[in-house]
Amino acid sequence: MIPITPAHYMVLSAALFMIGVIGVLVRRNIIVIFMSIELMLNAVNINLVAFAREWHQVVGQVFAVFIIVVAAAEAAVGLGIILAFYRNKETVNIDEMNVMKW
Amino acid sequence: MVEAFAFYSLAAFILGFAVLVITARNTVHSVLFLVANFLFVAALYVVLHAEFLAVIQVLVYAGGIVVLYLFVVMLVNLKRPPEAHADPRRRGRLGLAVAGLLLAQLVAVLGYSATQAVPAAAAAATAPAGGNVEAVGWLLYTDYLVPFEVASMLLLVAMIGAIILAKREL
Repeated sequence: MIPITPAHYMVLSAALFMIGVIGVLVRRNIIVIFMSIELMLNAVNINLVAFAREWHQVVGQVFAVFIIVVAAAEAAVGLGIILAFYRNKETVNIDEMNVMKW
Repeated sequence: MVEAFAFYSLAAFILGFAVLVITARNTVHSVLFLVANFLFVAALYVVLHAEFLAVIQVLVYAGGIVVLYLFVVMLVNLKRPPEAHADPRRRGRLGLAVAGLLLAQLVAVLGYSATQAVPAAAAAATAPAGGNVEAVGWLLYTDYLVPFEVASMLLLVAMIGAIILAKREL
């Protein structure tokens, strides 16, 4: 069996990222779209950690921590916006979210 | 050998649960599949010797963010599921095509980088002796102190913003 190289982790990361992209592009429920964004951020984290290990550096893990911080902030603000919008329009379908469209 | 077995099984679970997240009809099920996905990613971090990150992943993602999602899904009490009716504006096939294009791009980049000569791995960093937590903490509080503080400010701003956004009356 061939040993596990960073390329393996890159392929896994790319596949996970693609699943997130498909979720964002195809689904119409904004909560599911937010979860797809979390999947994509996780894919990036896997890449960072895999390379941190390959290069024997901890810097990649530090940046992964920062990505988790940004993901938490994004989730909090985004879900707050979803709640505020739902209170006004009673929907979470992004096709009906067009109040700011010119 | 052990790493290969761990990698392939964990990768299968990660991708399988990710597919379930974006295909589940019920949003609550989606959130629960997301928890499972995050837990398997945390296990992958353990395989990669990033124990601190694995703990953070379980605490922050599986414990914090997902609970936030679950709260919102349950607060947003939908009488009509958002995707119940066929939407003429919905262009799922176009989305899949764009995703396929991006996948081709990623494969091209991966294939190109596989043909390139790999530079010699850098010498092991002069990390202080001790565990992974100590190494990450050391870097966070020395070289990356300013980004660390900026990140904490970002979290504070996000917290205040979320409270103000979710308040009924300002």
